[in-house]
Amino acid sequence: MIMRLAISFVSAALVLAALAAQPAIAADTPNPVADAKAFQKFFTNKFPQLKPEDFANGPYSMNEDLHRQWEEKEQFPPYEFALETGKQMFATPFKNGKTYGDCFPNQGIGIRQDYPYFDEREGKVITLELALNRCREANGELPFSYVKDEMASLTAYMAFTSRGKPFDIKIPDDPRALEAYQKGKEYFYTRRGQLNFSCATCHVQEPGERIRAEILAPALGILNAMPIYRSEWSGMGTISRRFTTCNSQIRGVPLSPQDEEYRDLEYYLSYVSNGLPISGPGARP
Amino acid sequence: MIAIPSMRPILILALLAGAAVSTPPARAQSAAAEGQKIAFDRGKGNCLTCHDIRGGDLPGTIGPQLKDIKSKYPDRNDLVAIVTDETKRNPQTVMPPFGRNRILSEQEINAVVDFLQTL
Ligand code: HEC
Ligand code: HEC
Repeated sequence: MIMRLAISFVSAALVLAALAAQPAIAADTPNPVADAKAFQKFFTNKFPQLKPEDFANGPYSMNEDLHRQWEEKEQFPPYEFALETGKQMFATPFKNGKTYGDCFPNQGIGIRQDYPYFDEREGKVITLELALNRCREANGELPFSYVKDEMASLTAYMAFTSRGKPFDIKIPDDPRALEAYQKGKEYFYTRRGQLNFSCATCHVQEPGERIRAEILAPALGILNAMPIYRSEWSGMGTISRRFTTCNSQIRGVPLSPQDEEYRDLEYYLSYVSNGLPISGPGARP
Repeated sequence: MIAIPSMRPILILALLAGAAVSTPPARAQSAAAEGQKIAFDRGKGNCLTCHDIRGGDLPGTIGPQLKDIKSKYPDRNDLVAIVTDETKRNPQTVMPPFGRNRILSEQEINAVVDFLQTL
């Protein structure tokens, strides 16, 4: 116990020093390259037995028994249905004859690792979920709910065609891009809600620990497997669904899906996982 | 009080006999039982999320197991302080500040501490 406590104090101190606060530095120039390096090093030091790509398996990377469950699940993946649906949706033209593929580079195949990106024309972070709804609207269709099955099916298919490709998030030489990154980072480390948790409280300070019966995923690689099928939800969940659920769990008020702050958060979290392969769609307990 | 099964007949007798007179052991015991309820209730303390506590199901592993608390913290004020706002002792702690953020009232915290002292 004392050992454990000692370890968690040390790691909390490390987290502080390496990742969070950095008041002096944060105030001047954010340094994403150094951030990502320190971030990845923090996790690979904490879990020296894991290979970088293992982190993309979330809670399943943290525990032997769970890992076995995961391998069994992968034989009959529960996201299979969503994947099939997504593939069909992707191939079916809109009423105007165009398809999703027409809205994306390379017809939308094998591009998941490039999202979110910073759009210099708009000065905003564009996530894949947002881009998909914009594609629909540009073609005269109504947008989908960000937290329901249709969006999860589409992103499941797009992730699947990108499996194995390393996250390749770019921060263009534009002060607004750096600001978006920095805002996402601040959101990630800021404690909030009645329970006073930040995202980092659970996913940086406590990965691998059980919160009630659930094993906490490490923040490194935390988006690589999205969207996920969760047995607990008996269904699929998008990134938007996961973010809002995590916010509600801490008795905080979630933002609306695809709110600017969530997009910045996704930008930050994806950037610091650069180099880790896309593994979505994923299955979770 | 009547609903508490573990209360020994002697205490119940004492209660019945001197209804108006307060009987400290009985009161402490009922406060501890109330404290346990608050500690285990997911909408209240939900301490099991992080702590293994005797009598609770599906504990998390984020915090230390709560046992031998009375010998570790003989002064109950220390426990009140921990539950009220552990960030005072450890600014990095993940334990929520139950008192500062009004998750539990002072009275509820007192009951939880009575319960902790039985561990
Ligand atoms: C009180 C603890 C807690 C906090 C705070 C929290 N989460 Fe979570 N998060 C969980 C739990 C529990 C799960 C489900 C188990 C798992 O996969 O980690 C989860 C899962 C996730 C997942 C899916 C990971 C996977 O591989 O299945 C993502 C992504 C995520 N959280 C992001 C966030 C973000 C972003 C924030 C802050 C806005 C946040 N979390 C705050 C507890 C928390
Ligand atoms: C989200 C996690 C979490 C929750 C919920 C939580 N704790 Fe804790 N608690 C901790 C951690 C972690 C520690 C270790 C000390 C630290 O972090 O400062 C701790 C320490 C303690 C200690 C000191 C134990 C020792 O051996 O020194 C007591 C007593 C305690 N908690 C009681 C409670 C009670 C009572 C509740 C519910 C009302 C509760 N905790 C809820 C995480 C939690």
